[in-house]
Amino acid sequence: MTIPPFERFYEEHRGIVFAVLARRLGRPAAEDAFQETFLRALRAYPRLEHGDHLRAWVLTIAGRVAIDALRRKEVPLARDEGRTDERPVYAQLEHLADGLPPTERAAVVLRYGYDLEYADIADALGSTPDAARQAASSGVRRLRRKETQ
Amino acid sequence: MSTSVPIALDERFRAAAAAEGLLDVAYDVVDSPLGPLFVAATERGLCRISFDPEPDRLEELLARAFGRRVLRAPRAVDDVRRELDDYFEGRRQDFDLRVDLTAVGGFHRDVLTELARVPYGRTTTYGELAARSGRPRAARAVGTAMNRNPIPIVLPCHRVVGASGKLVGYGGGLPRKEALLRLEGATLPS
Repeated sequence: MTIPPFERFYEEHRGIVFAVLARRLGRPAAEDAFQETFLRALRAYPRLEHGDHLRAWVLTIAGRVAIDALRRKEVPLARDEGRTDERPVYAQLEHLADGLPPTERAAVVLRYGYDLEYADIADALGSTPDAARQAASSGVRRLRRKETQ
Repeated sequence: MSTSVPIALDERFRAAAAAEGLLDVAYDVVDSPLGPLFVAATERGLCRISFDPEPDRLEELLARAFGRRVLRAPRAVDDVRRELDDYFEGRRQDFDLRVDLTAVGGFHRDVLTELARVPYGRTTTYGELAARSGRPRAARAVGTAMNRNPIPIVLPCHRVVGASGKLVGYGGGLPRKEALLRLEGATLPS
C-alpha cells in the first residue's frame, strides 16, 4: 500500500488514537499524549517504507507515549507490579511477537501489551471483534509453538 | 469505539506541527469573493493556490511534488489569507509573499518570474511575456505556462491577454479573470 499524505492518515486514525489514550490516561492527560503521538508520527513519517498497518503503527506510538506519561506521573503500571523484569509488558511482547504475521502481531500486542478490548482492536485493524479475537489467539498459539520448539 | 477528537485539540496539534517545522506542505481552504481557494505553502513560501478546492486530489499532487507530510494547518497560511483579503478588498496591490517554484521547471519558471513583474491593473500579452522571458516566438508555451500557473492571483496570469486584447483563457474560468481585472481597474476589451 502506498503511504498517503499525512492529512489522510491523521484523519483516518485520530479518533481511535484519542479514544485509546483517553481510556488509558483520562481526558486531560490524553490531550497532551494525543499531540505527542502525532508529532512523533510526523517525525517518523518520511522514513516509512510502506503504508501497510498504519493504524497498528500509530497505536504502537500512542502506547509508548502513554507509558511515558504514566511513568512521568509515577503511576505504577498495574500489570508490572511484582515483576523483576523492568521492561513494560508491551515492550517484551513487541519483541516476542516480532516473528508473527502482521495482523496476529498487532492483535497480540494490542490485546496483551496495551490491554485493549477486542472491539477496539477490531477498529484498529479494520476487522470485526471476532476476527480480532481469532487473530490474537492464533498469534498466541503460534508463540507457544515457537517457545516449545 | 470512535471518540471524536475535541476541535481545540485538533487545532492545537495542527498549529504545533507547523510551528515545529515538521510539515512539507501546510494548507487551508480560504474564503474569497471568487469562491473558496485552496492555498498551500512550504517552508520556502507559497506553492499553490487553486480555485478548485478538492483537498484529496491536491494533497496527493503536493505530496508527490514536495513530500508526504501534507497537513491542513490554517495558522501556517495566515499571512497568505491576510494578503489575499487585503487584495480583494482593494487595500493591497502587491503581494509581499515569498513563493516556492521549486516544483516548476525550466522555461515555465522563467515565465512565471517575469509574470510577477506585470504591474497591478495593467495587462500584457502572451507574445510580450514570451519576449521578456527571452523566447519571443514562444507565445504558445507561455500560454501553457499560464494555464499551469500553480499560484494564480499572486502570480498574476489574469493580467495576460491575447494580442487582440481579448481575455482568451484562464485556468479558473474567464469570469474570474474578468472579475480580477475589474477589481484592479484594468481596461477590458469592449
